[in-house]
Amino acid sequence: MLSVRNTAGWEHFSHGSDIGVRGFGPSIEEAFEQAAVALTAVVADVSRIRESETVEVRCDAPDLELLFVSWLNTIIYEMAVRTMLFKKFRVVTSGCSLTGTLVGEKVDPERHQVAVEAKGATVTALRVHREQDGQWLAQCVVDV
Amino acid sequence: MDLQSLTRRSEFEWCIEPTGQMRVPGIVYAGEQLIREMDEKVREQLTNVATLPGIQRAAYAMPDAHWGYGFPIGGVAAFDPEEGGVISAGGVGFDISCGVRALHTALTADQLEPRKADLADALFRKIPAGVGSTGTIQLGEQEMDEMLRGGAQWAVARGYGVPEDLERIEEGGRASDAKPECVSHQAKKRQAHEMGTLGSGNHYLEVQRVAEIFDSRTAPVLGLQQNDIVVSIHCGSRGLGHQVGTDYLKIMVIEGWRPIPDRELACAPIRSELGQHYLGAMRAATNCALANRQIITHLVRGAFTELIPNTKLALLYDVSHNTCKIERHVVNGDSRELFVHRKGATRSFGPGHPELPASLQGVGQPVLIGGTMGTESYILIGTSRSEDLAFSSACHGAGRSMSRTQATKRWQGRKLIDELAERGVLIRTRSYRGVAEEAPGAYKDVNAVAQVAEQAGLARRVARLVPLICVKG
Repeated sequence: MLSVRNTAGWEHFSHGSDIGVRGFGPSIEEAFEQAAVALTAVVADVSRIRESETVEVRCDAPDLELLFVSWLNTIIYEMAVRTMLFKKFRVVTSGCSLTGTLVGEKVDPERHQVAVEAKGATVTALRVHREQDGQWLAQCVVDV
Repeated sequence: MDLQSLTRRSEFEWCIEPTGQMRVPGIVYAGEQLIREMDEKVREQLTNVATLPGIQRAAYAMPDAHWGYGFPIGGVAAFDPEEGGVISAGGVGFDISCGVRALHTALTADQLEPRKADLADALFRKIPAGVGSTGTIQLGEQEMDEMLRGGAQWAVARGYGVPEDLERIEEGGRASDAKPECVSHQAKKRQAHEMGTLGSGNHYLEVQRVAEIFDSRTAPVLGLQQNDIVVSIHCGSRGLGHQVGTDYLKIMVIEGWRPIPDRELACAPIRSELGQHYLGAMRAATNCALANRQIITHLVRGAFTELIPNTKLALLYDVSHNTCKIERHVVNGDSRELFVHRKGATRSFGPGHPELPASLQGVGQPVLIGGTMGTESYILIGTSRSEDLAFSSACHGAGRSMSRTQATKRWQGRKLIDELAERGVLIRTRSYRGVAEEAPGAYKDVNAVAQVAEQAGLARRVARLVPLICVKG
């Protein structure tokens, strides 16, 4: 049986002109949640975002990798139409469907130190899988 | 890129010989130095594009090519629907019809100098730029569809510009056969507050000085003289285009043509329901980009005339560099109607091309190559030779040489702005981090890219522009 590391986190990785987001954690849900924080960190300084509004979302896809892309694209869509930034994420998956909770606030360009808007999550460098140590990893490149 | 994996056909033409599933070769136009610096992913992606059905002649990469999404950025590929040719959402890109528009002002650098700082402030105030910025134009459902059908023609009819602008925009300012009904409700909602906005990232609005004329025969035809002031606008189809790209990439991955060597190359036969729906939506997004640049042009004119009354800003040219367009080309002696994808590449029509307006028939189509906020931009002109080289295509910009993460570690936005100000370049931005990510040093040498484009025969240099004011998106 695999021993599961009980840590979760996120990071960015390099892509020629854009940027990759990667989340990892002991469950697929946490990996998705952490990757969403990485997505926000592409756009702005996460530590400066307040938790004042909550948005509920749903998405589905034919497989887990496309579900991950749909999840990030759903967040990008909500950021754009609500002109909001999110810092906390909660995910519940059921097969290849997902319900998510996004917590954040309206964009304040100066306070949030916004850098660039995300145009869309791509299928480039797309991976969702469980590593040998039991950790889940979810990643892809985001077009900015 | 490994030189050993390429056959050198001439000083600036390198070939990936067809192997395995490749239907045509891959061709890269670049000098030896640019080839050495080019990402290995460009070779991999060109090789994959060359396997797609209906591809004609070759999969091409321009001198500024780099790792993209399925297609390399700086990639060109043409498909024949008669041979099962495909259309790819990744081959067009997320920012559909992103492009550069150049305006020629009737001012010289000396005339601008006393009002330069005021102009920088006025442009920054009037043109919404950066994350979360919103435009003042709100479109209802019906008007949104009119905009998506009409492009810059719609914008001019609503008072954003003058009819003369339209002849200096590709296809007269409007992509025909746009189908707003193929654009999702989400895409339209995403555009609701974004008409007339610049966006962010590498998008910008620059006031530039003509620093050098290379082609003294063509420059006067474009109205360009040394020390003239030019305005360049780099932006695209905003939220609507991004959502169309997102929507159709997903559908093409799930329902598109099989088998593909890489999911990023998701595509659909041109003659399929999905292919036709994407084409209709992509053309609507193209019109959104053209309308957006037209509205920004109107705002720029307002900022200039407010400070310097009676200033004329004529549209020099508007060229898109994320596109798929129907064009007629000769392949193996036959004239065929092809669907030409240009991802981070522009058209480069030579003199006499039927799609050029009368005023440009004698010289060819302007090719606009954007630089960075601290470096040069270029105006080139299309060549007749480019038709045989790469379906009349040329490069679109410098291309990044360093990731955003690396750039923010190396540079500080505030310090960069001060350094550029000392060199006479005024930056206006809401984001120091955004400035650091777009640091001039994070890009390839645009001078080398423009020079190689000329040496390869893709386009010919007309003028070099240096920035005086940059509003960062």
